[in-house]
Amino acid sequence: MSVFQALYLVAAALFILALKWMSAPATARRGVISGELGMLLAVVGTLMRHEVVNYQWIVVALLVGAAIGVPLAVLMPMTAVPQRTAISQACGALASALIGTAEYYHRYPTGFTMAALSIEILLGFLTFTASLMAFGKLHEILPSRPITYKGQNVVNLGLFVIAVLIGIALVINPHQSGLFPAYVALAMTFGVLLIIPIGGADMPTVIALLNSYAGLSASAMGFVLDNKLLIIAGALDGSSGLILSIIMCRAMNRSFTNVLFGAFGQLQTSAAAATEARPVRSASPEEAASILEDARSVVVIPGYGMAVAQAQHKIRELHDMLVKKGVEVRFAIHPVAGRMPGHMNVLLAEADVPYDKLVEMDEINSDMAMTDVVLVVGANDIVNPAAQNDPNSPIAGMPILQAYKARTVMIIKRGMSAGFAGIDNELYYQPNTLMLFGDARSFVSSLVKEVGATN
Amino acid sequence: MNYEFGLYVFMLAAFLGFELIRRVSPLLHTPLMSLTNAIASISVVGAILISGEDHASLLSRVLGFVAVVAATTNLVSGYLITDRMLKMFRKREPAKK
Repeated sequence: MSVFQALYLVAAALFILALKWMSAPATARRGVISGELGMLLAVVGTLMRHEVVNYQWIVVALLVGAAIGVPLAVLMPMTAVPQRTAISQACGALASALIGTAEYYHRYPTGFTMAALSIEILLGFLTFTASLMAFGKLHEILPSRPITYKGQNVVNLGLFVIAVLIGIALVINPHQSGLFPAYVALAMTFGVLLIIPIGGADMPTVIALLNSYAGLSASAMGFVLDNKLLIIAGALDGSSGLILSIIMCRAMNRSFTNVLFGAFGQLQTSAAAATEARPVRSASPEEAASILEDARSVVVIPGYGMAVAQAQHKIRELHDMLVKKGVEVRFAIHPVAGRMPGHMNVLLAEADVPYDKLVEMDEINSDMAMTDVVLVVGANDIVNPAAQNDPNSPIAGMPILQAYKARTVMIIKRGMSAGFAGIDNELYYQPNTLMLFGDARSFVSSLVKEVGATN
Repeated sequence: MNYEFGLYVFMLAAFLGFELIRRVSPLLHTPLMSLTNAIASISVVGAILISGEDHASLLSRVLGFVAVVAATTNLVSGYLITDRMLKMFRKREPAKK
C-alpha cells in the first residue's frame, strides 16, 4: 500500500466520522472539521501520486476555485442558503461530468467501466443543469411557479429513454464518438425539463434528490477511476440525499413520482379564484400585542414568508420581550417549511433563538390545544386544516401543524391571496383567528414596539 | 479492476450512509445537506488526476482545469458555509438577558 492509498483510507474514515458527528448539535462542528481534514488528506494524497506531474495549472485552478468559493460562503445571507446549496451542487456535478467527458475521449473505456462512465456523465450533466434551474427558481431569476404543458411527462420520459438508449449503445460500442455529444446534450436538456414543472414548495425534496444524484455521479466516477475513496464518499452523499428527500416526501404525504411529475399548484389556482370574499377578523398591532402579553404560552409557526421578509431577527426580539414578561414562547417547525430541509432552523439559529426552543411537528401538535396563542409568520399550506378535513384538497393527507386547535390564532400575511399551492385556507375564517395584515418584518417590529411600550 | 469488490464497497457505504443520516436531528438538516454537498466535491480527486497527467491532450487539460475550479468552488464554499451555520446553533445560555 502506497502513501496516497493510506491517506485515502484515513480520509474515508474521516468522512464517515463527519456524518456521525453531524447527528447532534453538540458534536456537529467537530463533524465539519473531520470532513475538512478528510478532504485535505484526499487532495494531498492525490497531489502526491506519481501520475500527477503537471502542477502549475492545478494550483491555479485550486486558487481560482477558492477565490470563487470563499465569497460564495462568506457573503451569502443565511436566507440564501438554498440557492447557495443549489449552485454549489451544480459546480460539483459539472466537475464530475467534465471528468467523465475527458476520460471518455482519453481512453474510450469498454465494458463495465464504460457503463459506470455513462452513468457518471448522465447524472453529472443532468444534475448540473437541474441545479442551475433550481438556483434560478430559488433566486427568483426564473418564475418559481411550476410551468406545465400538455404531454410534459411523455416528453420528459421520452427524452430520458432516448438518453438511456444512447448510453447503452455507447457501452456496446464506445467508439461511436458521434453519439457522445448527443448523449451530453440530452442529459443537460433532461435536467432543465425536470425542474420546469417543480414549484417552490417542492424545492426541499428536489434539492435533496439532486444532492443524491451528485453523490452517485461521484461514486460512478470512483468505478471509472478504480478509486475506493470516491466510491465511498459518493455513496455516503447519495444515500444521504435520498433519505432526506424521502423524509421530505413523507412530511407532505406524497410520493416521489408525485413530486417529480405531479406539478403541484397549477391546477388549483382556478379553484381558489372561484371562492368569493368571506369575512375575516383582522387586528391592529396594538390589539395583537396585548393578546400576546396576556398569553401564558405562545407558539410561533414560521414559514417561507419569514425568510423572504427577513423577519427572523425581529421575531427573536419579540421572543425575548415576551419571555421577559413570563410568557412561554416556542417555535413549531414543519419539516417542509421553507425551501430546503431544515431551512427555518438555520434562520432562527442565525437570529440567536436557542435551538432547544425549536420543536418538531409531532411533539408540538399534542400541546396545541393547550396553547393560548399561535402566531403564524409567512406560513400557509403547513397549517391548512384542509389537509385533514378535505379529502379532495390537493394537500389532503399532508401532516400539518394543528394551529387551528389553539385558543387564538394570529396570522401575519400581506393580503388575502392564496398560498403557494393556490389553495384557500379555512384557518383564516375561523372565529378564533385574527388576521394581521402587513409585511412580516414591519408587523413584527411594530409588535415589538407595542410590547416594549407597556413595560 | 475488481468490479465486484467495488460494488460491495458501494453497497456497504450506502447502507452506512442511511444509518448515519437517519439519526441526524431535523434541526440540522440544512447543515447536513451542506456538508454532504461539500463531501461530494471529492470529485476534485478525479479532476486533479485528469489535469495532472503528463501526456494529456489539450481537451483533457481544459476539461480538467474547469473541473478542478468547479470542484474546488463546491468544496471551499460547502465547508465554509456549513461551519458558519453551525456556529449559530446555540443552546439557551443561563446568563442571557
